[in-house]
Amino acid sequence: MRDLWDSFVKFFVSLQLTVVLLALSIILIFAATLDQVHLGVWAVQEKYFRTFFVLWNVKGFPVPVFPGGYFIGGLLLLNLVTAHVCRFKLSWKKSGILLTHAGLILLLVGELLTGLWQEEFQMRLDEGQTRNYAESYRANELAIVNATDPNWDEVVAVPEKRLASDEPLQHAKLPFRVMTRAYYPNATVQMRDQLANAPAAPATRDIGARLALFPMAVTYKQDERNFPAAVIELVGPEGSLGTWLVSTMLIEPQTFDYAGKTWRLALRFKRNYQPYSLTLLKFSHDRYPGTDIPKNFSSKIHLRTADGGTDRDVLIYMNNPLRFAGRTFYQAGFDNNDRTTVLQVVRNPSWLLPYVACAMMGLGLVLQFGLHLLGFFAKRRQTT
Amino acid sequence: MSLNRLIPLLVLLLGALYLGGSLLPRHASSAFDLDAFGRLPVLANGRVKPLDSVARNSLLLLQGRQDFTAPDGQSLPPVRWLLDVFFRPEIADTYQHFAIVHPDLLDLFGLKPDDGAGKKRFSYKQLTPHLEELDRQATLAESVEAPVRSAYQRAVLNLRDHVILYQQLKHSLTMPDGSDFVGTLTYLQDNLAAAIGAVRAREAHQPYDEKLVTFLLETGENFTRMEQIGSLLAIPPQSAGADLAGWRKTGRALMETFQTGTVDPYALTYAGLAHAWRLQQPEPFNTILKLYRDGLVKTLPTLLVKTDAEVAFNTAAPFYNSLYLYVLAFLLAVFSWLKWPGVLQNSAFGLVLLAWVATTAGILTRMWLEGRPPVTNLYSSALFVGWGSVALCLVLERIYKNGIGSVAGGLIGFCTLLIAHHLSLTGDTLEMMRAVLDSNFWLATHVVVVTTGYAATFLAGFLAIVYVVRGVFTRSLDKTTADALVRMVYGIVCFATLFSLVGTILGGIWADQSWGRFWGWDPKENGALIIVIWNALILHARWGGLVRQRGLMALALFGNIVTSWSWFGTNMLGVGLHSYGFMDAAFWWLIAFVASQLALIALANLPIIRWRSSAALAR
Repeated sequence: MRDLWDSFVKFFVSLQLTVVLLALSIILIFAATLDQVHLGVWAVQEKYFRTFFVLWNVKGFPVPVFPGGYFIGGLLLLNLVTAHVCRFKLSWKKSGILLTHAGLILLLVGELLTGLWQEEFQMRLDEGQTRNYAESYRANELAIVNATDPNWDEVVAVPEKRLASDEPLQHAKLPFRVMTRAYYPNATVQMRDQLANAPAAPATRDIGARLALFPMAVTYKQDERNFPAAVIELVGPEGSLGTWLVSTMLIEPQTFDYAGKTWRLALRFKRNYQPYSLTLLKFSHDRYPGTDIPKNFSSKIHLRTADGGTDRDVLIYMNNPLRFAGRTFYQAGFDNNDRTTVLQVVRNPSWLLPYVACAMMGLGLVLQFGLHLLGFFAKRRQTT
Repeated sequence: MSLNRLIPLLVLLLGALYLGGSLLPRHASSAFDLDAFGRLPVLANGRVKPLDSVARNSLLLLQGRQDFTAPDGQSLPPVRWLLDVFFRPEIADTYQHFAIVHPDLLDLFGLKPDDGAGKKRFSYKQLTPHLEELDRQATLAESVEAPVRSAYQRAVLNLRDHVILYQQLKHSLTMPDGSDFVGTLTYLQDNLAAAIGAVRAREAHQPYDEKLVTFLLETGENFTRMEQIGSLLAIPPQSAGADLAGWRKTGRALMETFQTGTVDPYALTYAGLAHAWRLQQPEPFNTILKLYRDGLVKTLPTLLVKTDAEVAFNTAAPFYNSLYLYVLAFLLAVFSWLKWPGVLQNSAFGLVLLAWVATTAGILTRMWLEGRPPVTNLYSSALFVGWGSVALCLVLERIYKNGIGSVAGGLIGFCTLLIAHHLSLTGDTLEMMRAVLDSNFWLATHVVVVTTGYAATFLAGFLAIVYVVRGVFTRSLDKTTADALVRMVYGIVCFATLFSLVGTILGGIWADQSWGRFWGWDPKENGALIIVIWNALILHARWGGLVRQRGLMALALFGNIVTSWSWFGTNMLGVGLHSYGFMDAAFWWLIAFVASQLALIALANLPIIRWRSSAALAR
């Protein structure tokens, strides 16, 4: 029993395991890089890295063909930690190695935390426009708004995932049930009267009765997003109110009256509200003189918190984001003939870890190899 | 002084003379001050550069080389070619400078290889009858997404762009219709008020001078054409200290005549140069040049220092000339293992050092011209990888004094400069940085550090080549040399690990600063990461006793494959896996390189008894 345990420990602390795992990780990364051409960067991350096994579809069955990122990364971490626990010895000679590996552990942990905590949003601002919320890149929500009172709205937001399920949805704030009649992860809409032989209208109420719906293939490309659509039926105590077509392509919400109240309905990019607002004062797109090569993009922004404590102008430009209230605002793009800016908003509480890890690893390696080098020169001096 | 020192000194001196000699003019002297013309500044592609650079880069784009041979067999300096394009378009139209290789594209023009100079270069005149068809084919090709275009489609688009480039040059300074442009401008200057009066009179339905009205309308049309088609911003701002926004196209400056009432003096200068060149009168040509230059010295003195330096840099061609020095050094150092080790190794070391100093000067000049850290694009990364590797080789050779550093240095220096030379065929290598990359801090830290990591990984691999080739094919790999090589490879791998790791993480931090994402798994990032992991693997395998001498060498050889893939392979992915683009020449070179390294790894794994040095190694 003791022998078995020993050989078990020996396996996990061995350098052989390290080398094999490193080799496997190289193969994994190489395959993932080649596959990016077909799948795009997001799908590749799910298929190769955020998984324990890379699965191949063989006649409809997923077959694990290679260890995935979690598997290799997890084992490497285990190998690293156990090796240090078992062989730990504090000495000058080992200090560099120790520091490097501690930095590596910190880097891996930091990446794990980033994966768990990081949230990314986008904020589009036209010149002069003020917004106090950012929108998600990929997540969408069905917003059902009670807009009866002109002074405030009451919003029930249904996540896209819930909308995609068949189960009817009932909520205390809503006097009707919401049933999803059809759901499309990516679809485009067009006015029916502009089409030669338009398909039947997908819905009975509002603009849905005048639109044609065309489902599209789900995109995984980095610079494209899916535009989901759904046909929903609202059912009150006395029967159906009709069906509505909701799509993220429709910018204006659809309004109707029911039970003495005014309601608005919209499928929109998931919103993230903040206790402060940004106003785009000016977007600039500088080019090198006499060319179309972009030199710089910058957004002059007015930043104001709800309590008025912060009230100032900031300039966000390439390689110079605004860090405020735990969020970072990056210049990500532009639109609308240079009159609209697109900011990327990231919340990542662990953003500092890679910096610390980098410093530790760099220092560790310098220490380790520096000692090597000094030893080498000392030995040469002795021999000559 | 002993021969052991004298001969290396002589070799060094000859090398220096060779480099210095490249500064002298290569072409027969001309009565025209071509040099002064080549040093005139223009704003093109976002930066002020001398016309000499415009000429060289245009020729590189059009025909893949800077040397131009006129139909009469005379070799023309690039600036001389540009002068004809600018001012004698009817002659330039017969110059064969459009390289066309694709057979289908030749068919499109009804041409055969034999119709062209060197069986592949054709003149504008030869293309003229079918330009409309070329345009149609280009429109068809453009509708296909870039990554999936066929070789033919890319050739069509290339040629279309080249024809446009040629037209842009022709319209940059004067109207290329063979008319007396300076005459037109002086006539305009003298009759501007009268002509405008005539146009007003016609609008008011009063009697007017029809000849003047026609003249004014035609001239205006020509100026507009020049502004629309011409590409160079050749007219500098007239006041001192003005920024780049003050530069204008000649067409624009001439259009302003109608508001200011005077023809722009600089535009008039170029028209005067055109006149003198058309009549082949050196005296007025040189006088106008001198007057223009004297004026510029007062308004743009600092810019002129840079453009003059750039012309000297173009002429000296430090990278191209160092290529030959590296080859020579490599050969001398290899030969030193057979005979006269002392003399040859010292000579080789001197030559490597000389070439390295020349490339250092070249890189520094580029940095100063551009105002940027050394690595800004693939071309400069090739220069820098070579520079860094050779620097390490020089250190190794100083420590070990066994010729290995010089062999590796000569070989790597030659290879990287050859790669750089081929990368430079795509035009101006001093490009403007796109907004995302416009950060000198990160270019100076991340890019430089990670490129140094590439350089070191390559060096370890090339040292392993020396080990395997000497061990398998010669009897010269004795135990001392082998041990020294192992120590070198190990040390360089440590160095490579440090730099590639820190460089890669710095890249992550840059991405975090710019896009809010530390790691994005994009091909280039993955390539860098694979290099780091591979170096770590070599070190762990060595520490764990999994590999000994030859195993270490085999791993280091595979490092060459890993690095070449990360450096170039990842860029080819972007071109597209599905396209013929993937069949580009560079791709085949990469395949050939990978195959050669695999063959060397196989050699490294031959049983030791099959190595010719096996006896020497055992001792």
